[in-house]
Amino acid sequence: MKYMLMMNCPYDGYDQFMNWPKSDIEAHIAFMRTFTQKLARAGEFVSGEGLSAPTQAKVVRAGNDGRPITDGVFPEAKEFLAGYWIVDVGSPERAYQIAAEASAAPGPGGKPFNMPIEVREVMSGPPTTDR
Amino acid sequence: MTKALDDDAERLLRDLAPQVLGAVCRRFRDFAACEDAVQEALIAASTQWPRDGVPSNPRGWLIQVALRRMTDHVRSEIARRDRENVAAEETPVVVAPALYSEPEMDPDDTLVLLFMCCHPELSPASAIALTLRAVGGLTTAQIAKAFLVLEATMAQRISRAKQSVKGASEAFCLPDAAERAQRLALVLHVLYLVFSEGYTTSSGSALHRTDLSDEAIRLTRAVHRMLPQDAEVTGLLALMLLTDARRVARTGARGELIPLDEQDRRLWNRDSIVEGVALVSAAFSKGAVGEYQLQAAIAAVHDEAPRAADTDWPQILALYGVLLRMNDNPMVTLNHAIATAMVHGPQAGLELLKALDDDERLRGSHRLEAVRAHLCERAGEHERAVTLYRLAAAKTTSIPERDYLVMRAARLSEDLASR
Repeated sequence: MKYMLMMNCPYDGYDQFMNWPKSDIEAHIAFMRTFTQKLARAGEFVSGEGLSAPTQAKVVRAGNDGRPITDGVFPEAKEFLAGYWIVDVGSPERAYQIAAEASAAPGPGGKPFNMPIEVREVMSGPPTTDR
Repeated sequence: MTKALDDDAERLLRDLAPQVLGAVCRRFRDFAACEDAVQEALIAASTQWPRDGVPSNPRGWLIQVALRRMTDHVRSEIARRDRENVAAEETPVVVAPALYSEPEMDPDDTLVLLFMCCHPELSPASAIALTLRAVGGLTTAQIAKAFLVLEATMAQRISRAKQSVKGASEAFCLPDAAERAQRLALVLHVLYLVFSEGYTTSSGSALHRTDLSDEAIRLTRAVHRMLPQDAEVTGLLALMLLTDARRVARTGARGELIPLDEQDRRLWNRDSIVEGVALVSAAFSKGAVGEYQLQAAIAAVHDEAPRAADTDWPQILALYGVLLRMNDNPMVTLNHAIATAMVHGPQAGLELLKALDDDERLRGSHRLEAVRAHLCERAGEHERAVTLYRLAAAKTTSIPERDYLVMRAARLSEDLASR
């Protein structure tokens, strides 16, 4: 079964990260790189992407004429997707375990950052109605 | 378990691909279908050759298999039309050509195919995909992997591209002399894009991406063999070789980006540099001066400096000056400002950057902030540099580059704090 693991952050999450001490930034980057490689080696990695900073984000709606109307003003409490992994695993527990590992990525002072990782199953099961 | 082709056989197959396609297109004039037939022949070879050995006449073997596929295709097309048209007399008569004679080969075929694949009607992404498949002999799966998209998406992109060039493919000949220069510029641009695509990533699938640089160099070499007198073709090949020579030194052990002035120059590929420099000199001896040639000349100046401090910046500045007069491209202006800073000091460079502040073409790009940050750092304006590095980091879409800019800001800000 496939799960999407979503790493969220506040609007200024990237700015906060950029203001960490150099060695902490280094440790965090190294963790993320190894983490994905480990998933790939385990045969569990399907895909994953890191997204650019929320400050570049736009919300788009179609106007009355169908043309795009973009807005870059967001409610203060809004969480933004910073990146995601899609993993193919044998059980939901395994997906939670991987998510916990990602959540414990080193933060300021090298301590586990414990960021929230949203885990959602990808709709990829076969239809069962006609069996 | 089927055996895979060894490297020599794979290279042979890819070199033969455009020749085979040219021969089949000359017979049938249906580029889209011929291209599919050749692709099937290539796939057949990659499963049969490892088992049975490479045939004594590999080109003939491939042409034969592709022609057979085409004949099957034509037969089934006739049958389909017969089913659809009750009035059978409306069906055009299609004569299947004789199968086993060695078809004519025209050395220009590869060039005809390149002009077709880099057609002005195609978007760069489509032209790249079609070129890699029809001329490069890559499979759809390989191309999809290199561009990190699904195979079905890439297959669709290629098939739509083939439909768009239908008109051009029926004629199957070189564009006339008046159009040729303009169209050649497009071909070179597409090859350059393929090269950059491979060169500028160093993340996850680095392996597949660097294959793209090799492929671009291989194809540009082929164009150079066909048009040895063209200074821009020579210039582009030189530019690729001189840039690619630094590939290994450009990324550190942890995948991090290493800027030119901090690279271990002992890791640079001497053979590529020697060949590239010789090509640049040859291109300049031909009289005409083009953009790729100038870019290659600049790359050569960098590559020939034993240490970063030995770089002949006045020479580079002069070359960018010429380039700037030829092309009003903000990226050239940026590089011209960097060269100016290296020769006349960072303030002079920063002064030139002001001209780009309102340039729409740089909107959304991180390059202006990144260059300004570097120059501010050199000018001792460290606080401003930190802010600009972070601004650039928030805008770039390359993860290695983002990491590099973030680290640069962190280092500088720690230096500031410890003062």
